[in-house]
Amino acid sequence: MTQPLAKALHLRKTFGQTLAVDDLSLEVAAGEIYGLVGADGAGKTTTIRLLVGALRPDSGQIEICGYDLKRQVEQARAHIGYLSQRFSLYEDLTVLENIRFFAEVRGLSAEEWRPRSLEILEFVGLEQFTERRAGQLSGGMKQKLGLAIALVTRPRLLLLDEPTTGVDPATRQDFWQLIIRLVSDPPKGAGEGVAVIISTPYMDEAARCHRLGFMRSGRFLMEGTPGELRSALKERILELRGEPLTILRQAAEEDVDVEEAHAFGDRLHLRVRPGAAPAVIARLPDHIRARGGRVDDLRLIPPGLEDVFIALSKSED
Amino acid sequence: MPEPVVVVENLTRKFGDFVAVDHISFTVQPGEIVGYLGPNGSGKTTTIRMLLGLLKPTAGHALVLGFDSFRQSEQVRARCGYMSQKFALYDDLTVIENLTFYGGVYGVTDKTLIAETLARVGLSRHEREMTRSLSAGWRQRLALSIALVHRPKLLFLDEPTSGVDPTARRKFWDLIYGLAAEGVTVLVTTHYMDEAEYCERVGIMRDGKLLALDQPARLKQETISGEVWEVHAQPLERALQALERAEGVAHVGLAGDHLRVVVQHPQAEAALRWALQAAGVTVALLTPGEATLEDVFLALARN
Repeated sequence: MTQPLAKALHLRKTFGQTLAVDDLSLEVAAGEIYGLVGADGAGKTTTIRLLVGALRPDSGQIEICGYDLKRQVEQARAHIGYLSQRFSLYEDLTVLENIRFFAEVRGLSAEEWRPRSLEILEFVGLEQFTERRAGQLSGGMKQKLGLAIALVTRPRLLLLDEPTTGVDPATRQDFWQLIIRLVSDPPKGAGEGVAVIISTPYMDEAARCHRLGFMRSGRFLMEGTPGELRSALKERILELRGEPLTILRQAAEEDVDVEEAHAFGDRLHLRVRPGAAPAVIARLPDHIRARGGRVDDLRLIPPGLEDVFIALSKSED
Repeated sequence: MPEPVVVVENLTRKFGDFVAVDHISFTVQPGEIVGYLGPNGSGKTTTIRMLLGLLKPTAGHALVLGFDSFRQSEQVRARCGYMSQKFALYDDLTVIENLTFYGGVYGVTDKTLIAETLARVGLSRHEREMTRSLSAGWRQRLALSIALVHRPKLLFLDEPTSGVDPTARRKFWDLIYGLAAEGVTVLVTTHYMDEAEYCERVGIMRDGKLLALDQPARLKQETISGEVWEVHAQPLERALQALERAEGVAHVGLAGDHLRVVVQHPQAEAALRWALQAAGVTVALLTPGEATLEDVFLALARN
């Protein structure tokens, strides 16, 4: 295996009494999109801030492109691009001026920043708006400018903290297409490959990552490719359609092999014990009919990442 | 037909030149769960604030439980529950102290009623815990109990599930279904597309306009006229580009680890395969799919 672009070992970070990150280790290689997935307070943002060096871990080690983030800060940081949750642009500066400002802060010379800026703006699709003031951009364009700024130093490791939360679905689509292109076909200058670490609360986005870690209470509940994570629940999720929902649900919850039943719009998703799917499919419809309900469909469906997350997280009650 | 709980006509709100809510009209029937779907800044919260009489409409009006939402805002607020996006809980009070405090604001001092409300949201066993030590999911349920303490007939929930994990989200929705079954009308905003599927009717907002309001299934039928296909192929990006150029493709986008294609004409399978193979893409799986509310949103947003 080639050297990982990000390597963290046994990270731990507390804020007062709160353990925000608890013995977390991860490795991300070039060409990978790695997802940190979890709710607010799970430790996603703290992990990202530790990886960019904005926070110091209480213990543990971080290497970025082989450089120790503590002892070789400058070298390590030179390879990092970071888009924080609430990044700010100078609204009264133009697109190009914004990039120039951030490029100069990061130590790029005048000869370097201009060609790179134009190249990056073309990559994110803002090349026609170089002279527009940032305040006049749409939300989606602002976000692309934020990404362009994070990319202007040609980082090999890009860290994105919930870039798409609450954002228009059309913009989310565009943004993800850029991220996928960034790792599969990097812009010039990043020839050795780029890796992305992205945090998100959306399960559909989690599925787009090459590998991901489900986070809760500062730890990984599970880590792997979406396929590996889903295989844990293979042949264990059933979809039940019929009416009325309350009877369907009661009957399902009474079945000894049904671990969990949840309404999903006009249907129910049932999680059954390993190997129990055929038996449940065979007997449950009769139980529902005996109670006066109607079954339109009961079948195995491929598990979603949300099903996996729910099965993993032990009930709080 | 029963009296509608909410009647909105041409409701509009401008902030300077900015039109936050642009001539929206709709009605809500008793016991309905109506979802309000849209990205940040689309006007969802402004609409709720007008319905609660917290903000004066620039034009149009709203009747809530038979009262004019702005001129009779006190009557409206006394009968409605409201859980805001950024609900304020006192971190240094216990669960029961928070609920007792807010109960007092609504004139509810009956201890039995307060205990019942906590039980309703499943927090009875945690009443003595400090609010600051609660998980996001429990905080959210405490906030819901505060909105419920005066037994409102109508509940406004503004992005109640932002930032909580899927387990807590599903539990929260189970509570909402329970309330609706008891006859409480629920108007809930969200930016989670999958969550909108849980609602009986869904309104789709963008740039202050209500683009559509209907049952999820009808929205899909009426907005997505062609077929939906799920495409698992490698490399994904090349597949995306090939399908964008393919004939008859109305939309193609990322869906989890694969692509979703909306095509205008039926029997598109062969054409899709051909377009992908011609581009040198390996197709692992090509299966018919079901339209989602995200497809609806993207289709409406394009028009």
